[in-house]
Amino acid sequence: MNKTRDTPQDTSGNTTLDQARLLVSNLRALSAVEAPPTLRSAVMKTLGIGDAYFELATPLGLVYVAYNPRGISTVTRAISDAAFEQAFREQMGGPIYPAQEPPATLVHTLESCIRGEARPQLRFDLRGLSEFERAVLLKALEIPRGEVRPYAWIAREIGSPKAVRAVGTALAHNPVPILIPCHRVVRSDGHLGQYSLGGNDAKRAMLTAEGADPDTLEELAREGVRYFGTTTTHAFCYPSCGHGHREADEHRIYFASEKAAILAGYHPCSDCRPA
Amino acid sequence: MTDDALTAALATRLDAGFEQVVLAYQHRLFAFALRISGSPQDAEEIAQDAFVRAYRALQTYEAARVCALALRPWLFSIALNIYRNRVRRHQPAQTPLDDDDDDTPHLQIVGDAHDWPEVAAEAAEQRRELAMVIAGLPPRYRIAVVLRHVEGVGYCEIAETLGQPVGTVKANVHRGTRLLREALVTRRRLEEVAG
Repeated sequence: MNKTRDTPQDTSGNTTLDQARLLVSNLRALSAVEAPPTLRSAVMKTLGIGDAYFELATPLGLVYVAYNPRGISTVTRAISDAAFEQAFREQMGGPIYPAQEPPATLVHTLESCIRGEARPQLRFDLRGLSEFERAVLLKALEIPRGEVRPYAWIAREIGSPKAVRAVGTALAHNPVPILIPCHRVVRSDGHLGQYSLGGNDAKRAMLTAEGADPDTLEELAREGVRYFGTTTTHAFCYPSCGHGHREADEHRIYFASEKAAILAGYHPCSDCRPA
Repeated sequence: MTDDALTAALATRLDAGFEQVVLAYQHRLFAFALRISGSPQDAEEIAQDAFVRAYRALQTYEAARVCALALRPWLFSIALNIYRNRVRRHQPAQTPLDDDDDDTPHLQIVGDAHDWPEVAAEAAEQRRELAMVIAGLPPRYRIAVVLRHVEGVGYCEIAETLGQPVGTVKANVHRGTRLLREALVTRRRLEEVAG
């Protein structure tokens, strides 16, 4: 009775071989399935390695935001998910994967920060940067929305008044633009200067979205105006300082330099600290 | 990336190397888990669990051991162990008949072709049917056939993956393939009778 078991039931001659070949090729075809995209994300998240990313709407359009338990590590633009992942791996040297779903709390916080409804209470992962670069970026974080400060201001505030060029370089390599507002740092002559996330137009768009007036700021710069003085308080400010703006026009006086302001008996504003 | 390049990457920087392993193996490991478990949900969980366990194991390995690792059989055997443990733990009722004692192959035909939506491509229909029939094979044949004919793994590597002699693997692959063919013929005849 064991013999019967080994006898093929289908014995229709030479078609058996064809059928066997067809079966093998059909079996091979069964391997052609794709894992769901959630698989990779779930593995990396469970292991706690690498950064997750999602897309966020900003005044500059959609940007990629990458984060890990230490904080937000990257904000950048890319033409596709694959291009973003590739660039991230090259720059950060670590794993990157799409967030299974956008992290609701973080997205909400980022959106309110971008709309200016909340003071930024964000944590950043700036491990790849030097002490100096971190100091520059954290100082840029102090500039209020809608205001701008010169590169030299950051250099002076962090105790390296001569390192103006290095400040510019550090800001140009800001890994988290928009969120750390390097767009609020401009050239010492008042011109807007460069911007890492899409050049001068993008910088202008960010400032405009925040209620700053880049056209007026540039016009003042062209006319040689560096500071506003307030005749009632004898304080002088950067033109975009909230303090300077509150004063009515008839109480405003213009200075071309710090020296001129001080010679006129004015003292630096304690909000924007222009000197 | 070849397996050698992947193990070298793992030995150099575990996290970055492991990401490359996941990218290289996610579809293959999922396909393998899908064909042995017959369920996309189970397959995703099995593949996910396999990667997690693989990483935790790699954390404890010295560089020399990582470099010497035969990656594919290692990953497949981890997935296989997870699958077997799940079957044992969760779903004894759904386990195809245990063939360890009884050598008589007993095919369970899961589902019915008439339940599947009509598909235009006959090839796609054939593959669905085949996947269903594979799911009904006793595990020893199913695993051997999936490794050999679905994943295209050589006999020696299957023997390594399963910890079995090559002769046993060959016998199970041949027997399993024949059982598949017979089951397909039986289904066609039943369809003819019904249709």
